[in-house]
Amino acid sequence: MKSIHTIKDIARETRIVRSRVVAACVGVFLLAGVLVLRMVQLQVVEYEHFSTLSEDNRVKIVPLAPTRGLIYDRNGVALAQNTPTFTLEIVPENVDDMEKLLTELRDVVYITPEDIKRFRGMLRKKRRFQSVPLRYRLNELEVARFSVNRHRFPGVDVHARLTRSYPLGASSVHLLGYVGRISEEELQSVDAAEYRGTTHIGKTGVEQAYEALLHGEPGLQHVETNAQGRILRVLERSDPAPGSNLHLTIDASLQAVAERALGSENGAVVAVDPATGALLAFASTPVYDPNLFVDGIDSRTYQNLLASPERPLFNRALNGQYPPGSTVKPFVGLAGLEHEHVSDEHEVFCPGWFRLPGRERRYRDWKKWGHGKVDVKRSIVESCDVFYYTLAHEMGITRLHDYLTLFGFGVRTGIDLHGESAGLMPSEEWKRRSRGQAWFPGETLITGIGQGFTLTTPLQLAMATATLSTRGVRLRPQVVLRRDDASAHNGVDLVPETLDTITPNLESNWQTVIEAMADVVHGEKGTARRIGVGVTYRIAGKTGTAQVFGIAQDEEYDAEKVDKKLRDHALFIAFAPVENPRIALAVLVENGGSGSKTAAPIARKVMDHYFQEVLDDNEGELILTAIGVPDSGSHGAIRRR
Amino acid sequence: MNKLQPLWTPVRTLAPTPSLNAMHDQRTIAQRLHMDIPLLLGLLLLSGIGLAVLYSAGGQDTNLLVRQGVRLAAAFTAMFVLAQVPPRHLLFWTPWLYAIGIALLIAVLAIGDVAQGAQRWIRIGPLNFQPSEMLKIIVPMMVAYYLGDRSLPPSFLRVLVAGFLVVVPTLLIARQPDLGTALLIACSGVFVILLGGISVRLIAACAILVSASAPIMWYTMHDYQRQRVLTFLDPEQDPLGSGYHIIQSKIAIGSGGTYGKGWLNGTQSQLDFLPERSTDFIFAVFSEEFGLSGVLILIAIYLAVVFRGLYIASQAQDSYARLLAGSLVLTFFVYVFVNIGMVSGLLPVVGLPLPLLSYGGTSLVTVMAAFGILMSLHTHRRLISE
Repeated sequence: MKSIHTIKDIARETRIVRSRVVAACVGVFLLAGVLVLRMVQLQVVEYEHFSTLSEDNRVKIVPLAPTRGLIYDRNGVALAQNTPTFTLEIVPENVDDMEKLLTELRDVVYITPEDIKRFRGMLRKKRRFQSVPLRYRLNELEVARFSVNRHRFPGVDVHARLTRSYPLGASSVHLLGYVGRISEEELQSVDAAEYRGTTHIGKTGVEQAYEALLHGEPGLQHVETNAQGRILRVLERSDPAPGSNLHLTIDASLQAVAERALGSENGAVVAVDPATGALLAFASTPVYDPNLFVDGIDSRTYQNLLASPERPLFNRALNGQYPPGSTVKPFVGLAGLEHEHVSDEHEVFCPGWFRLPGRERRYRDWKKWGHGKVDVKRSIVESCDVFYYTLAHEMGITRLHDYLTLFGFGVRTGIDLHGESAGLMPSEEWKRRSRGQAWFPGETLITGIGQGFTLTTPLQLAMATATLSTRGVRLRPQVVLRRDDASAHNGVDLVPETLDTITPNLESNWQTVIEAMADVVHGEKGTARRIGVGVTYRIAGKTGTAQVFGIAQDEEYDAEKVDKKLRDHALFIAFAPVENPRIALAVLVENGGSGSKTAAPIARKVMDHYFQEVLDDNEGELILTAIGVPDSGSHGAIRRR
Repeated sequence: MNKLQPLWTPVRTLAPTPSLNAMHDQRTIAQRLHMDIPLLLGLLLLSGIGLAVLYSAGGQDTNLLVRQGVRLAAAFTAMFVLAQVPPRHLLFWTPWLYAIGIALLIAVLAIGDVAQGAQRWIRIGPLNFQPSEMLKIIVPMMVAYYLGDRSLPPSFLRVLVAGFLVVVPTLLIARQPDLGTALLIACSGVFVILLGGISVRLIAACAILVSASAPIMWYTMHDYQRQRVLTFLDPEQDPLGSGYHIIQSKIAIGSGGTYGKGWLNGTQSQLDFLPERSTDFIFAVFSEEFGLSGVLILIAIYLAVVFRGLYIASQAQDSYARLLAGSLVLTFFVYVFVNIGMVSGLLPVVGLPLPLLSYGGTSLVTVMAAFGILMSLHTHRRLISE
């Protein structure tokens, strides 16, 4: 107990303590006021800010990848589709002993050490409730075997995903292209928001060129997640819109025939409907399997493809640039006729060589002893070089360049594929600009026979042939016949696009050249007369043999002696039927030797198939309204009945 | 509070003290049980709110609720028991309790169990025991005992001695280290000195001294304590580390708005964004779900309890009772202020629970024990002689 001796002023003490208690009350009140003000600040003044942050915390937007559009040929044969593939996936949080599980799984499913390594890598990056794939592309046997044993493996499941696949494999790969996993650079070039959730993108061919249509519109899912990112429920969902299905202009069977006809050769066949510009076949050999690229090609296979001397990845039809050789002669001949340098009857004597006035150098004809007296028609049928040396010399390079450019030589065709090569139609100006040199008269001569600087792609040659066949209508080549667009009810059909129209000076000039080309196949002396045997329709064609390397003045070219790589390229251009052209094509065989022996038979096979199988099949379904062709003359689209 | 006025009995300090027997028949049941009804109602209300918020914060886990219920029962029992102890007994035992407390603190530093990097527990038989909790009550008792013994205001020398009585246990606890508890104990001691009527000039001098010693404190702090201070100054600096608590807590409070998201509907808390939501950060859960309106009501209840306690202090009959009651109530307010200030980003993150709302046992028992003493001081007051 307290000392009772202390004398205290109780009243004063009470007063002091009470005054302090009152001060404390005020203090408490003020501090509580501070708290209240703080709450008002957070909950009223900054409410919007924190409310937004809270929603951002809670609601995540999960993109739903659209299903990629399918690709068919003109008859509905599937070229690219989405097939379910099976992936073995593991949710880590449901697994007690991962090591034991992996060991036991190996008895059921084939798992390589690389699979396990990749799996462990992904395991570290993902959260424990996220599914991590262990094996891709299980086969059906493995799926079945796992399903039977599934009760042994909690946390492991087989997921079906849609994967792009190309049922025809390597066929038409250079047209179709392939999809592969999106790279960082590709993400930069597309609208990243559209591609959240999309894993694959078109890398080449139609898959690349029509990416925007094939991809579709992604859907969105607003989901509520907790702090760990686990999805608790779906708040809102908008379904993705699948990509448009495309029907290509090509016919899968014709394409296969073209590829088979090329066989083991490296080459290209481009066939086009001259009335519409629709490609009928677009082959480049060798081919490769696009399915390899879909889920990432292993580096060894890829290195082999890259290193192969045949260069299978190279699209010869689109990017191969070759001298046109003699296939250019009908165009040069027509130029001469239209510019009135020669007439139908005009004849040139061919002694087997040509010499520029006042010069020593002889420009030789392929026929050593010469063709004798040659008119335009015979010059095409027999492919006389001297006639064209003479004609080219008289016309001059500028006129030659200008006229051939009208047919699209040295100009991109504007095909709806990416990365087309332009070829080259030389001119004085071009040479001055690119080489800093003057044009030499001798160069005009060899340009006249499709050698020298001139370079064309098989696609360009086919389109030039089509222009010739339609008497001057230059169309843009197109590969998509019809697209099933979500916005248009019945789809959007191909609309032929005229790039240019060459107005004939004299209709009969064209007739002369075309008849001469018909004689190339059907005439007694035609260079391609061998493919005219037993043909039921009339073909107009022109062979070509393009020199890969020059031979010395007096040396003779002997195919047997030179290395295969240095052998001449074989070319052939043709259209048929002559009266009402339904197909125009260009065939190129690298180092194939002679156009008549190697290239022309390929063209015959393609055309035979086209007239016997394809047109018969399609006649009932497709009405091809030709344009620019004198017979019909009206512009129009391909329509479905 | 006005309608509760009939329960107060005006105090006449110089009135002759009647014998216990003589008073017997006039007392109400509450008085006989030594309960202060307004205080009890406030505490029960807070406990009820606490259980409701805990149910939401703990993911509707009834086990958690049952455990907290058991703790509350224990705490209210402690309050009830202490309320029966006459203040003169408390007064008598004060120096002994203080000596035992200091001895235990030293023992903790010497032989205590280490839990989470801090040495706070001591094992006596089967019981785990945290002496620092005890001292939250013993220190103000001791200072009140010392200052109340002589006439107020205390002389400078006596203030120094009182200061020494506060500093020793504070330093011992800070060494454990337990900054939150040390702070509270220092406060509880200082409140006694302030209520004792030391001169305003001395208060100002001390304030200057404290602020001057801040840099020295900085160097004696542990890394995690420094980190808390740094995080307080700029939480966005470390949004995924220690700043995460405060950022998420502010989002929870702010997004509650005026009326809140509704009970069990707070997304910040229900979806795990808010850490420590059952314990130290439970106020953020409350604010998110009940909004500013709920917050105002909750603060009002806390203030009602504090003001009732201060009223009890002012009505106490002797200096010891006045100083002790005032200090205990103000310490309770410090709990509330520091916790809410911390959760709302006004103060650094010190690990202090929100009394009666936060999940957890030890501090709850201490707080309720303090209220038990308060009730004892109030209900026994006419039975002790001046």
